Amino acid sequence: MSTDAAGLGTRRAVGFVVPAVVLVGVFLVFPALWTIYLGVTDFALTGLSAADPRTVGVDNYAEALGDERFHASLWLTAQYVAGSAVIGQAGLGFAVAWVLRDRPGPVRRVVEGLILLAWILPSSVVAFLWIALLDRDAGTLNALLHTPGAAWLLDHPMASIIMFNVWRGTAFSMMLYGAALENVPPSHLETARLAGASAFQQIRDVVLPRIRGHVLTNLLLISLWTFNDFTSFQITAGGPEGRSEIVPVYIYDVALRGGRLGFGAAVSFLVLLVNLVAALLYLRAARSRGGVAA
Amino acid sequence: MRGPEAAARARHAAAAIGRATFLAVVSGFFALPMLWLATAPFDAHPTITVSVPEFTLAGFRELLDNPYALRSLGNSVLQAAGSAVLVVVLAAMAAYALSRVRVPGWDVLLYLLLLLSSVVTGTAAMVPVFELATRLNLVDTHLGVVLTLSGGLLPAAIFILKDFMDGTPTSYEESARVFGASPSQILRHIVVPVIRPGLATIAVWTVASVWGSFLTPFILLRDPDKAPGAVILYTLYTEGGSPRLELISTFSLLYSLPVVLMYVFVSRRYGFRFHGGIKR
Repeated sequence: MSTDAAGLGTRRAVGFVVPAVVLVGVFLVFPALWTIYLGVTDFALTGLSAADPRTVGVDNYAEALGDERFHASLWLTAQYVAGSAVIGQAGLGFAVAWVLRDRPGPVRRVVEGLILLAWILPSSVVAFLWIALLDRDAGTLNALLHTPGAAWLLDHPMASIIMFNVWRGTAFSMMLYGAALENVPPSHLETARLAGASAFQQIRDVVLPRIRGHVLTNLLLISLWTFNDFTSFQITAGGPEGRSEIVPVYIYDVALRGGRLGFGAAVSFLVLLVNLVAALLYLRAARSRGGVAA
Repeated sequence: MRGPEAAARARHAAAAIGRATFLAVVSGFFALPMLWLATAPFDAHPTITVSVPEFTLAGFRELLDNPYALRSLGNSVLQAAGSAVLVVVLAAMAAYALSRVRVPGWDVLLYLLLLLSSVVTGTAAMVPVFELATRLNLVDTHLGVVLTLSGGLLPAAIFILKDFMDGTPTSYEESARVFGASPSQILRHIVVPVIRPGLATIAVWTVASVWGSFLTPFILLRDPDKAPGAVILYTLYTEGGSPRLELISTFSLLYSLPVVLMYVFVSRRYGFRFHGGIKR
């Protein structure tokens, strides 16, 4: 119900909204639209194209779509999202929430506290903690596993940043699924259990149908966040030899380090399209069953 | 009768052991990297390996002598506080108007902005944001970082606060109006106190988001004197070739402490759990 209890009046109300809309417009909407324009130019950080960019039509897009390095970074990003967001954060987050449901007490507080602390810590610190853990010569993992000299970061860069992203991002899914599981009536689970359903069957047949909206919301959010996240750059900088160069690192490298802003904008726009398609697919899936739960 | 019962008890025990093992492995996975953060700052000879520290506070003394690192913490405070003020004030005004006055199309607008803000994050806006800041002379300024981060956080902040305001009754405002209070008096003396928990949530959420953000300051700030903790920590490691571990570990701890304490304080006080995308 909107009642205008404060006697604000439509005109003043609009005045209240305008500052926020202007800020969001200039620093969020406008950059998004500008990406489209920059993407069809040869705009660069230095040289002639910096002062006077030429329109090059779809050249940037043609080049990006034909660039093997871009293909490789897309494939690595797909692995990163599937491994660290879908399987890692959502899977582990659900598993922890499931095991800890209806079990208040010190064990739950400790486990949840550790996972939350990993989430609260600034990501730059987390990046360094993982460097310390995986370091070639003196890393904690080498000391624990008695594998002196094992170069985890160099030999398994993708696995390293996937573990890192699972470590710092699982808390969100755990909390979301924890809240979702509270909405599943315990009596339904009890009935299924008495009928001889295994934990797997209980989850598949009783829990998942009821928390479908939460699952969709969670998968969309964490996938978008992971797809666009740049933090792994601090661990491997995309290396070695580009073996952990996910799309954000690729864009940073070609656009801001390589100076080709127009080309980078074109790739950014492709990323934006992927994000948008993901969001629209999610909305459709959510609407088809009538449940959008945030 | 005995058979099935014993089988059930065995199954129960197996499940309990499985649960305990799972929780132990998960706890180990999450605790392991943190051990280094907890021990290395106090170690006289820190290595990258976790070890029982030979206790010292020399790392802290060295950090105090390093204005570069300390200043970055000041920069983090400045950028986080600036963004929090901007986001809280603008989001509160907008959410209040959106909640109390119905203007056709606003709900759709808000929804579109929210969708856009989750789609246009990080990389997708990296180039135009850099270009925009260059044109507006905002490169190498705190203001540039604050405005860019605030623009990204505002849609979700408005959304959360509007929800909060929709849930609070309008009767206080109505009676204040009957007694002749002006809209700005009503806002300051009635609305703000009533929705204080919502404002605190938004403020904490903004501070935590800005405190941890790396990409925006990394691309907008060239001058290391203005860089926040997130960026300085990264450069401390890479520029020297050999990392100065006593400095990095101490700095990591000091840089982490404020958000950890803030989280502990807020969750004790308000008992809320972060349900939004705090890490952006």
